[in-house]
Amino acid sequence: MSQPFRLNKEGLINRNKKISFTFNGKKLFGYEGDTIASALIANGIHLVGRSFKYHRPRGFFGAGVEEPNAKLQVEFNGHSEPNVNATEMELVEGLSATSQNCWPSVNFDIGAINNFLKMFFPAGFYYKTFMWPKSFWYKIYEPFIRKAAGLGVASIEKDKERYEHKFEYCDLLVTGSGPSGLASAYAAAKNGAKVILAEDKPRFGGTLLTDDVSIDNLSGKDWAEKIISELKSMPNVTVKNRSQVFGYYDHNMLVMFERVSDHLEKKSKFTPRQRLWYIRAKETILSTGSIERPIVFGNNDTPGIFLSAAAKEYMKVYGVLVGKKPLIFTNNDSAYETALEFKKNNVEPIILDTREEHSSELIDEAKSKGIDIRFSHGVIVANGYKKVKSAKIGKLNKDKNSFEKIEIVDCDCICVSGFWTPSVHLASQSGNKLKYEEKIDAFIPDKKKQHETSVGAANGSFTLEESLKHGFENGSNLSAKITETKTEISIPNVNEKKYGAHDKFWCMPLPKNENPKRFVDFQNDVSVSDIEIALREGYRSIEHVKRYTTLGMATDQGRTSNLNGLQLVSNIENKIVPEVGHTTFRPPFTPITIGTIVGREVGMEYMPTRKTPMHEWHEKNNAVFVDAGAWKRPRYYKEGNETLFEASKREAKNVRENVGICDVTTLGKIDIKGPDAAEFLNRVYTNAWMKLPIGKARYGLMLREDGIVMDDGTTTRISENHYHMTTTTAQAANVLSHLEYYLQIVWPELNVNVVSTTEQWAGAAIAGPKSRDMLSKLYPDLDVSNDALPFMGYKEADFFGVPSRIFRISFSGELAYEINVKSDHGMFMWEKMIEVGKEFGNQPYGTEALSTLRIEMGHVAGPELDGRTIPSDVSLNGLVSKKKDFIGKNSLGREAFNVESRQKIVGLIPIDRKSSIPEGSHIVQDQNAKLPNPKLGHVSSSCWSVENNNPFSLAIMKDGKNMIGKKFFAVSPLKNKSIEVEVISSHYVDPEGKRVRS
Amino acid sequence: MLYIKCPYCGLRAQKEFSYGGDATVKRPNINEEVSSEDWDNFVYMRKSPRGKHIELWQHIAGCRQWIKVQRDTATHEIFQTAKVTEEIR
Repeated sequence: MSQPFRLNKEGLINRNKKISFTFNGKKLFGYEGDTIASALIANGIHLVGRSFKYHRPRGFFGAGVEEPNAKLQVEFNGHSEPNVNATEMELVEGLSATSQNCWPSVNFDIGAINNFLKMFFPAGFYYKTFMWPKSFWYKIYEPFIRKAAGLGVASIEKDKERYEHKFEYCDLLVTGSGPSGLASAYAAAKNGAKVILAEDKPRFGGTLLTDDVSIDNLSGKDWAEKIISELKSMPNVTVKNRSQVFGYYDHNMLVMFERVSDHLEKKSKFTPRQRLWYIRAKETILSTGSIERPIVFGNNDTPGIFLSAAAKEYMKVYGVLVGKKPLIFTNNDSAYETALEFKKNNVEPIILDTREEHSSELIDEAKSKGIDIRFSHGVIVANGYKKVKSAKIGKLNKDKNSFEKIEIVDCDCICVSGFWTPSVHLASQSGNKLKYEEKIDAFIPDKKKQHETSVGAANGSFTLEESLKHGFENGSNLSAKITETKTEISIPNVNEKKYGAHDKFWCMPLPKNENPKRFVDFQNDVSVSDIEIALREGYRSIEHVKRYTTLGMATDQGRTSNLNGLQLVSNIENKIVPEVGHTTFRPPFTPITIGTIVGREVGMEYMPTRKTPMHEWHEKNNAVFVDAGAWKRPRYYKEGNETLFEASKREAKNVRENVGICDVTTLGKIDIKGPDAAEFLNRVYTNAWMKLPIGKARYGLMLREDGIVMDDGTTTRISENHYHMTTTTAQAANVLSHLEYYLQIVWPELNVNVVSTTEQWAGAAIAGPKSRDMLSKLYPDLDVSNDALPFMGYKEADFFGVPSRIFRISFSGELAYEINVKSDHGMFMWEKMIEVGKEFGNQPYGTEALSTLRIEMGHVAGPELDGRTIPSDVSLNGLVSKKKDFIGKNSLGREAFNVESRQKIVGLIPIDRKSSIPEGSHIVQDQNAKLPNPKLGHVSSSCWSVENNNPFSLAIMKDGKNMIGKKFFAVSPLKNKSIEVEVISSHYVDPEGKRVRS
Repeated sequence: MLYIKCPYCGLRAQKEFSYGGDATVKRPNINEEVSSEDWDNFVYMRKSPRGKHIELWQHIAGCRQWIKVQRDTATHEIFQTAKVTEEIR
């Protein structure tokens, strides 16, 4: 159970709590506070995966978000998650991690043969190889690429976890709790600002946890702890760890990903797994720090090669040695701190510094401690397949392109530092055009675009003193503008080591006749030669080079590779880096789970469910529901073993023969009031509205300004200046906005108010020849005769003690009424109707029967009013007034709308009187004609006519009524059906409309 | 997500609004003769400027008022919002 690479004392882990886990089936343990990576390294395990293209052995390279290699399939707390960054994921009891992209195992991977075939996998390999023959694409190439590509395996289980969204606002959002972030948050908090401080890692402090510095005589770590505990005690400050701000959107909206409970062994039922924060910040401090970049050399992807700062972090935070015989390969001073840390832990490093012999505070200290420093040196190639065993190193000539001396040194790890790259992702996402800073050979934010202020290393300041100063100043100034309070803060005394200048050296040359792979992008296996090929083949724009080689396109977004790639391109092209430019930074900064994006909007919570007041009755009586927008409507009421077809036929037939009731609550209802209401309706509808008497309903048709039918429905004049409009269920919201548009913008002079009353009224339709008899029983004191309540009549009456509205309107084409009561009385009304209706053979009917009834009557609905038809296309030109103006009238004169052959509504019946015609079928003259077969129209609605006992459809067809009597084919390739049909009138039942008036 | 200042309700998230197109288009008067050209221009022809654009939004999940918003179509910067009865210059 010993951990060979764990130090005895160092680190911030909790050595009192052991955590057991497995890696590729092997039982191991780590400590609370470990990541998967630190625990594996402590156990001496470095080989964790295989690379994307060549299946080369890969190990850890970084210690956090910068990690390009160590992506594992991880099972924990009942999940299986692919592509988990081993350097970020905290160890939890029972966690099980496995390597990805290798078969049969990470130690012996068949795919590694690609490594020996690498001459066949150059840049653009996929584009070049999988081009021809075309027929190979689906069956051979695509499955092959799919199998070869990708890393982990997504779970096919339903995600049982809970994810949340949270909306927050603040005066100042600080992204990152390193020295500059802490200083900014502290200064702003002291000014009374509402501050959110977000830290991606579990521990606050950033580089303060690993750098050998002191602030006001406290160690960096202690100072960070002091500031954090003070911030936590302030009511105006929210401090969040394990929370990454990953996107900067318009108008200072930032989005943060919080890992709430992945690190917990036990949690309460309602604790979410992860939480997405939408934060609207007045000001934003981007204190995201910087990421070390490597120097490129041969076989630089061998396990055991680390970024030098990562090696230091493993020692200082996790108490873990990445090796016991380290080579430090650097072009700058910061790697000396790693060397000194090794030395402190009794490990003897060798430093290879690409710079010529010189002196600086850190170099002198290393020298005084007796560390072996070799100037003008670098690693040419790492030896070892699954782990570094030795390195071929070279002493560079003055030209830095050839070698004075080459030798081999033994080592078990190489810690490389090629200087620092500010993390400018969020700044760039905010719209900030970045600028190239020659002094640090990297991009930093330019002029502010939104309210983003970059401080510290993210802004290219690499000294603690400067970072703190900028942090305090910006935090104080930005917040003072908002709170109008300014608390003076004295800037603390800082003790840090001064760095000398770095060397502009990014890629190790190769001796003659040696050609090992030199990787620029580890995650996508992009090497120096790939970039050279892309440029040789003529790619010039950095965006094209990126796409052709896939440089920087992996999940790590090229955090360690982009700048080295740019340097290479600029060297070969003989351009300076700013001329080459940089590729676009896009959110999210690191991969986030789909569950977090979705949040609580899953299953029942995906959208609100609208239920009518009678819903429970429908449920109890075996209704099968259908979604109509957010509404649940009974589609049919199942009796015994009935199918949908049988039930809807029974229900529709019963309406034609007896009486049926239908829940029509979902229809849109709009109350229209005001002295100009009639004038307004007259402009909105195509037909005349000025003379509608009080107590009468009228069918109305409304158009869009382009002449296309928008919606239809009845509107009833309740009193002098009060109308009740109904709309279709689907268009209710659009119609209301449409009316508001005209009242508020176009005709504000009209004194009219509109308001939705859809939710206020429950509605039931009573339809069928016996509906009047039933109505007279429902209203024993009311005269419901044809004279007293004629077609399109309206009455208000008492319904067993509750006020109600009676409209004599019909969608089914039968004698019919619609009763509205206040929603609270809906169930009462419905149950009373069921009770009273028994003696008349009343049955409830659903939307399927409703459709059947309207289709055989030739009443148009959504499928006909599909956003392409004008009134004359659907035989409603009788409703279009020639005398008055209305919305869309001027468009009806358009030439194309008045062509005789225009597609118009007709009816269709199958010649065999048996075959149902699928909706959506195309109407063609010859079913066997060569493709493309000229299409004459399409089937819009189909039903089984209960009146005539055969199928019947409505269709929108070229030449419309002129085609009546002719025969065609209705062809549905989707259903693989072709049915011979005859064109008839769209009014199949009761064409004169006698029944509704009876 | 945009942050839109409703002249009636104050600053609200874009989620509460729906977009309504170019606010400078004027509908020909009702009951007045209009040439085909003018009508077609009103119904179909819209400029698609890169830069400042005065547009309509409706605060559908709020006060339900239609409002004018002057927005930069490239940067999404919002310069001004106003009631529909007010002018944006």
